[in-house]
Amino acid sequence: MGVVGELLKGLKVTGMELVRTVTGRRMLTTQYPKEKRVKPQRFHGRHVLNRYPDGMEKCIGCELCAGACPARCIYVRGEDNDPENPTSPGERFGFVYEINMLRCIFCGLCVEACPTEAITMTHLFEISTTNREDAMYTRDELLMHPDGTVPHMFPDDPLADLGELDSADGWVRATAPSGYAAYEGVQMWQGTPGPADWSPEPDQDERDA
Amino acid sequence: MDGIDVLIVVVRVVMAFVLLLILTVLNVWAERKVVADFQNRLGPMRAGPFGILQTVADGLKLFFKESINPAKAEMGIYMTAPFLAVIPAFLIFLNIPWGRPFEIGGREIALQGVDLNVGLLFVLAFSSMAVYAVVLAGWSSGSKYPLLGGVRGTAQAISYEASMGLAMVSVVMFSATQGEGGTLMLSEIVARQSGTWAGFIPRWNIIPLFVAFVIFFISIVAETNRAPFDLVEAEQELVGGFHTEYSGMRFAMFFLAEYVNIFSMSALATTLFLGGWSGPTWDGALPAIISGILPTVWFLIKTYVLVFIFFWIRATLPRFRYDQLMALGWKRLIPGALLWLVLSTIVIGFRQFGAPWS
Repeated sequence: MGVVGELLKGLKVTGMELVRTVTGRRMLTTQYPKEKRVKPQRFHGRHVLNRYPDGMEKCIGCELCAGACPARCIYVRGEDNDPENPTSPGERFGFVYEINMLRCIFCGLCVEACPTEAITMTHLFEISTTNREDAMYTRDELLMHPDGTVPHMFPDDPLADLGELDSADGWVRATAPSGYAAYEGVQMWQGTPGPADWSPEPDQDERDA
Repeated sequence: MDGIDVLIVVVRVVMAFVLLLILTVLNVWAERKVVADFQNRLGPMRAGPFGILQTVADGLKLFFKESINPAKAEMGIYMTAPFLAVIPAFLIFLNIPWGRPFEIGGREIALQGVDLNVGLLFVLAFSSMAVYAVVLAGWSSGSKYPLLGGVRGTAQAISYEASMGLAMVSVVMFSATQGEGGTLMLSEIVARQSGTWAGFIPRWNIIPLFVAFVIFFISIVAETNRAPFDLVEAEQELVGGFHTEYSGMRFAMFFLAEYVNIFSMSALATTLFLGGWSGPTWDGALPAIISGILPTVWFLIKTYVLVFIFFWIRATLPRFRYDQLMALGWKRLIPGALLWLVLSTIVIGFRQFGAPWS
């Protein structure tokens, strides 16, 4: 009876799964382009170059991202700002900024290397192209518009979901923006592209007092 | 026998053939859909409503693919083997009554391809023929994995053929007690299962012969080389088993034969154990056309319950190891079938002739 019992037990397990599927209580398949899964908040999608709230570019052309990139897919050239009409608040700005998406491994080291939070990653991952040239993202495609929206490579594509560009990987800060030693190691991170809008840490008022 | 009789025979065969072909195309889709449900997946969705045309699409694709000829293949046999697989599979179903005979213009038309008086022996003979396809395909491919699959196929078919045949014997013996003399005609075996015991229990052979049914069912799962007895194909061990070297239309024929076999073997089990097309038809209370179709509906429902169990087992059980397969066949099923045969012989003998000492 042992073998038959085990057999029936197995049939029961699969039978229960059948009932669950048929009654719609359990389904592993997502009908991909029709319905999209919620991505983890710190998903590594394509990059975006951010701006400050006043419209200034955050990138200062320091090339630290290019240096950190293990795939060597970032090419940056900085240029001195025009003192009358500066592009970025710093001394220089990145006037050439290219990412080769065919080489990028989406590790996010560029985001961690950036001293000004200029480069962050969005949730957009549908970046396949029909030719190699389109996979080279230049400054025009990476840099967000002054109104805070992010340019999409193929906005007319049926798969294009502009909402994916609204949430960014952001990056983890090692120290608190205030610079107080008490906040060392307290991690915060930015959830959207654009100007880093750091809300106060949960109990910052009490700790500062 | 005039022209109309010939026409009737042709129509009977064509009807059975077309029914089988359509149901097989649906079965391939149904299996993928049902197994997907067992695994919380969707299964085919794109071709037609609910993906019902998936099999047609796959068939068309295979039709236009190149049939590769391996350099070391034994070409004559290599080309014949797919047909050897398909033909017996179809011939088995031609023997199975799939509906109540009806009359048109004084002529009786049986819904059965052909009603042989040795129907059961014919079925047994042709289900054994199917193994030739596996063995010859495996050998003639001139490649090691197909050969291993073919060798496994031989041993497996021989082992399980025996217990299948023994399970059938008890059906023949039992139905001999249900009417005038013994019979091997499948239509007669079905006819003797109509009616009820005590007014509500259907007179199906499965009730007195449940053990034989279980043995028979296990054996037909093994005979059709379905999981968990699919050692002949065993993707993880033998690439594709006996049909590794086949492609295009020739592969499609093996594939077709497998699904035809599932359906014809389930139909055979229905005929032998579940009363075939017999079931309530409410003659008179319902229009004649509905009463005429109902037996076919009962037949299909019963058969599809068995086909569903095929799918269920496939979705549940992992493949047997080779020695486990042999042990189950030779140490459990064959002795079990023999013991059951002896027991049922004694019981039938007592009921037929009375106790020997009285």
